[in-house]
This record gives sequence, C-alpha cells and structure tokens, in this order.
Amino acid sequence: MTLVAERPPVLTPEPHEPEHGPSGIVKWVTSTDHKVIGKSYLITSFLFFLAAGAMAMVMRTQLTSPDSTIVSQHTFNELFTMHGSLMLYLFAGPFAFGGLANYIVPLQVGAPDMAFPRLNALSYWLYLGGGLTMMAGFLTVGGAADFGWVAYAPLSDAVNSPGAGPDLWIVALVLTGFSAIFTGVNILTTVFYLRAPGMTMFRVPIFTWNMVVTAILILIAFPVLTAALIMLWCDRHIGSHIYSVAGGGVPVLWQNLFWFFGHPEVYILALPYFGIVTDIFAVFSRKPVFGYRTMVFATIAIGALSTSVWAHHMFTTGVVLLPFFSLMSYLIAVPTGIKFFNWIGTMWRGKLTFESPMLFSLGFLIVFLFGGVTGIFLASPPVDFATHDTYFVVAHFHEVLFGSAVFAGFAGVYYWYPKITGRMMREGLGKASFWFMFVGFWVTFLPQYLLGLHGMPRRIAEYSANRGWTELNRISSAGAYLLFISVAIMLVNFYVSWRKPVRAPGNPWDGHSLEWATTSPPPHHNFVFIPPVRSERPVWDYNHPEHTSVPYLRPRRDPVLTEAAQMVDGTRAGNGSGDGSGNGSGR
Amino acid sequence: MRVEAIFLLVIAAFCAIAALIFWAFGLAPIYLTTTGGGTVMLAACCLLGLLPGSYYLWWSKRMTPRAEDNPEATQADGAGVVGAFPSSSVWPFVFGFGFFMIALALVFGLWSGVFGGSIIISGIVGIIVESRRGGLPTGPGSSVRESG
Repeated sequence: MTLVAERPPVLTPEPHEPEHGPSGIVKWVTSTDHKVIGKSYLITSFLFFLAAGAMAMVMRTQLTSPDSTIVSQHTFNELFTMHGSLMLYLFAGPFAFGGLANYIVPLQVGAPDMAFPRLNALSYWLYLGGGLTMMAGFLTVGGAADFGWVAYAPLSDAVNSPGAGPDLWIVALVLTGFSAIFTGVNILTTVFYLRAPGMTMFRVPIFTWNMVVTAILILIAFPVLTAALIMLWCDRHIGSHIYSVAGGGVPVLWQNLFWFFGHPEVYILALPYFGIVTDIFAVFSRKPVFGYRTMVFATIAIGALSTSVWAHHMFTTGVVLLPFFSLMSYLIAVPTGIKFFNWIGTMWRGKLTFESPMLFSLGFLIVFLFGGVTGIFLASPPVDFATHDTYFVVAHFHEVLFGSAVFAGFAGVYYWYPKITGRMMREGLGKASFWFMFVGFWVTFLPQYLLGLHGMPRRIAEYSANRGWTELNRISSAGAYLLFISVAIMLVNFYVSWRKPVRAPGNPWDGHSLEWATTSPPPHHNFVFIPPVRSERPVWDYNHPEHTSVPYLRPRRDPVLTEAAQMVDGTRAGNGSGDGSGNGSGR
Repeated sequence: MRVEAIFLLVIAAFCAIAALIFWAFGLAPIYLTTTGGGTVMLAACCLLGLLPGSYYLWWSKRMTPRAEDNPEATQADGAGVVGAFPSSSVWPFVFGFGFFMIALALVFGLWSGVFGGSIIISGIVGIIVESRRGGLPTGPGSSVRESG
C-alpha cells in the first residue's frame, strides 16, 4: 500500500487519529517514517559518541604520567584511530546530518516526510552496518585499524597494516559513505520539492539551508573517498600498486584524494551545527536572524571554498601548491567571520534568556572562535611547518570539532528534545552539564596548545619525564575528566526526563520555524495545520500578530485557523510577550 | 525552481574558476608539483553543479509555477496530493543487511559474498513486489487513500 499524503484545502481542526501500524521492534526495523529513522540515527550516533569518548578517557589516562604503561603502544594506536574514526564518521556527521536533519528538515519546510522514505531507511541500515563493521575490528586477532583516522599510504598497505581490522575499517567507510550520499540526495530533494506553499527558498530556516549546502558537499566529497578506499582495498587484496612506490604508484595520491574528501568533510561536520546555533540564537534573542541572506550566502561561500583547500593538510609534503591553498584557506575566514558578525548581530539588543540551548550555543561561539583563529594561523605554511603533527593541531581541531559537534550538537539536543520526545529536559541539570563542559573544555585543550608549541607530537603513547610535558598533560587529563562528568550529567538528564516526564507543549521556546507549529512529538505525516508562510519565521508571525510586520497577517485571524492552532498547542508559550524588538523581519 | 537552479550553477561556476586557477598555477615550474588530479576533481565538482543546475534552469521556465515558489501562496494553493510515500517496509533493512554481508565478504573471503548477494537479490524482488501489491498498513485513515 502506498500512502498518499495530501494537504487539505481548508484546515480541519479534527483531532488526529492515533497511528495504527506495527509497534515495538518491528516498528523500528520496518519504519520509513523520517521521525523514527531520525531517532534511530540520534540514538546510534550518540552511543558511538559515548564509545569514542570512553576511548579518549583511556588515552588521557595513559598520558597522565610519563612512560605510562596502562595500555600498550599498539592498543594506543588502535584507540586514537578508532576515537577519530568514530567521532568523525559515525558521530559528528550522522548525528547532525542523519539524525537532526532527518527529523527536523521535513518539519521545517512543512513536508509530510522525506522525499524517498525507503532510501532514507536504507541509509540508516547502511550506517548501522558500517558502524558495526568498524567496531568489529576490535574483535579480530590483530585488533582494530591502527593507522590514524586518515589512513595515510603506505602505512595503510597490506605490509605495514596487515590483518582484518584495517580491512573492516575500509569497507565500513564505504558503507557509511553510501549512507551519507543517499541522505544527501534525500535532503536536497526534500527541500527542493516538498516545501509548504509560500515557503520560498529564501524563507527556509537557516538550519535547513545549511543542510542543503552540506548535502552538496557530501555529494562532492564522499564519492572521492569511496573511490580512494576501493583503490586502497585493491592495493591490499588484489596486488595493484596505486599507492605504493614499489609498483610505480604514488603514495601522496592517497593524501590528495583523502583530503579532497577530508576538508569538505570538516565543513560537513561544521555547517549543520552552524545552522543549529543560528536558529537558537534567533529564538532565544526574540529577534529574527540578523542578515538572513548574507547568512545564506556565507554558508554557500564556505561550502564552495571548502572544495579547494584540501592540500592545506599536506603543506609539509612539499608537493602541493602552497600559495593557492594558503590563499584559499585564508579566504574561508571571511564568510565565517560574516557568520560570527551575524550571530552577534542577532543577539544585539535582543531580549536574551539563557536556557540550556542558548548556553551551549554561546559556548560554541567562544570555543569555535578560538578554533577558527588558530585555524587561520595554521593556514600560513611557515606556521604549519613548525606546528604540523604536534598537539597544537590536535588542540585546534578539537576546538573546531568539539565546539561544533558537541557544544552546538548538545544545544540542538536541548532545543529539539521537547519536539522529538514530547518531554522537557531539566534546566538545572542542563546548566550544570554546560558549566562542567565549558570549564572542562578549556582545561583540556588550552594546555594542548602549549604542549604543541613545546614540541609534543601527536599520536605518541608515552613520553619521557625529562621533556617537561608532564604537568601540562596532567592538567589536560583533569579537564578530560570534567568533560566526562558533564556528559554523565547529560545522561542523568535523559534518565530523569524518561522516568519523571514533564509534558512539553508544542512550542515551548516560542520558536520561529514550522516545526513548532505541530504537536510534540509530531503526528504521522507531521502537520494537521500549517500557518501561512509570509516570512522566514512563520510560527512567530502567527503567534504574535500584534508585532508582525507582515501586512497579510495583521487583520483579525481566521477563526478556523485559530481553533486549529489551539488544538495543536493549547499552551502556546509567550503569546503576547513580545516587546517589539522582533520587528523588521518581513519584506 | 529558479533559485535552486542558480544555487547549483553558482557552485559550478566557483568550481570552474577554482579549477582554472589551480591548473594555471601548475603551469609554473617553480612549484615542483603536478596539479592534474586536483584539476580533474575540481572539474568534476563543476559538472556536479552544472548538470542538475542547468536542467533545473531549463525546466523552471517550462513548468507550471509552484505554490512553494510563490511568496503570496496560501494554504489552499498547495492543496492536493503532495506525493506518494511508501508505508513501512522491511526491505531497506534486508538491503542493509545484505550490503553488510557483502562488506564482510570483501574482508573475509569473496566466496562468502554469495550470502549477501542472495539477500540483496531477494530484497530487489521483495521491494518490487511490495511496490506493486502494498506493504504493512500504517498511518492515519483520514488523510490517506490507497493507490496502486
């Protein structure tokens, strides 16, 4: 049976019928509903995050004292490889692009589902299969992959990294790569073809815009990675010599191909999170996004530039165009700076409140600024020559990626948790989690900058006491334990909201975009009622007719519309609490 | 549709310019490097934007205007069938499991790909049959009708 979703010509305030499909495990295995798939993604990727975080804890414990022997060097190599691989391939990307985007994008554009629901389900199963394949490396005789998450040739060839673990890593990335490509196609089609009436491209929320640009980047980057991995598999198994000098191959080709994927990949990991905080800053400042269009153009510019900076990871190879890649890398700072300007402009003179989502977003802003500025240092080849492969680089990319994937990711969790589960999280625990994380973050990573400047290389399992790195490493490890406590508090928060639910209204934050126009959690096919879309924040316009600058909505509201809206959400928050600071959104 | 088309064409234009500059840089011998691979990848990115973008642009001038492109559209303008969405289906899971088995076969011995391959073939048969006959019932009755 094919279900045909229709939009009613008149809004019908009849109560929604309960869903009568499969339930329990059968529902989770067979569902093609974007909300169920989105939740599967969120839960799975969060579990991978916890696993990768546990590996980080072991590594930090190992580095607490010089000449430490808590784990062997081989195990340490496996740990940092799998920590990076899980965090980048299985958490940061899928959490935002598979989980939040799957759940939120169809809601934000007013669509009943993703454009290709069964392809969407396939994406999830490929992702889960890939994740399990990668983790299965730990069960093999030789252990998991141990060549770093970048798998440089010739270290990753069959001689230097024998065994099934590296092979499992390679095929796992092929699976998750296809998963990402399918999700990218799905999101692009959904946004291009399934928007609500009146939802022009320049009224789509910034979160969704960022997902569109991310989808393009995925379509650019992941096929290159898949091709590179297949060639690597051929080198290992059927005796080709694409990456080995012995047979006339070029090892640095791997780096070129990998980073042609790898640099767009870091923007695939960052742009969705930029979108999350943009939505959150606007909602918690009670203002429209400052410079909506420049925000969109900046996102597109970041996406475009990220395709031509790949070799700034390869400055020290000596065979790349230093001036070209250095210039392009500097250029990325311009659209990113525009974004920072607009985020501050959004908050400027707004009516700010500091609930957990806003706190985590502000944490992101500060952390990412530091990560971005050190990124500008590293875009300069002379600086990069001095700091390449030291802890300076480790600290830089943790500030960027932890800032986006964890600070902004948790902001998104706190922001959309009421919508996804119909329950509120506890504010007190959320704030405690934030402060532990914010303090713990700086204590962990500021010492790593200094360690890098003192010459401590990446990926070493032990160091001698006379190097003078011991104190800074101790401080860094202490910070890591604070981060552990912060995540533990977050888990307690989940547990409390599960055992003692506090019912969430449809629109707890007085939100702007269409996901807040439906119930929490949304019904099957998402909407019983869509407010008229006349600006980029239709729900706010609809809830605040006294302040809206959109003339169409000023007259007395249609009684049917009002009744439908009240049915969706009897306790619309913040109605009439606006103070006029939100004017100026319309056009 | 025009905005979507221009968005894709802008990506294509950027990648074309970047590919040209990158290629031109490589002509100078002082950099001791080859730029062939990078130029090819950037040119492919250009095509990635150019092909769908130019098709959308061509199509946007011929299609009936859509309610989602009209800033003044009302709910009634968008009334009607949005699209056909399949109900719950087990076949994506079957495909996923099959590809998982194929992946393991690539590591532990190609002969074991027989299992994954047969699962995928049964998945192809299953999804075709399901598309013709229908799957598990789900969804609210009021806004749903059966088709096909």
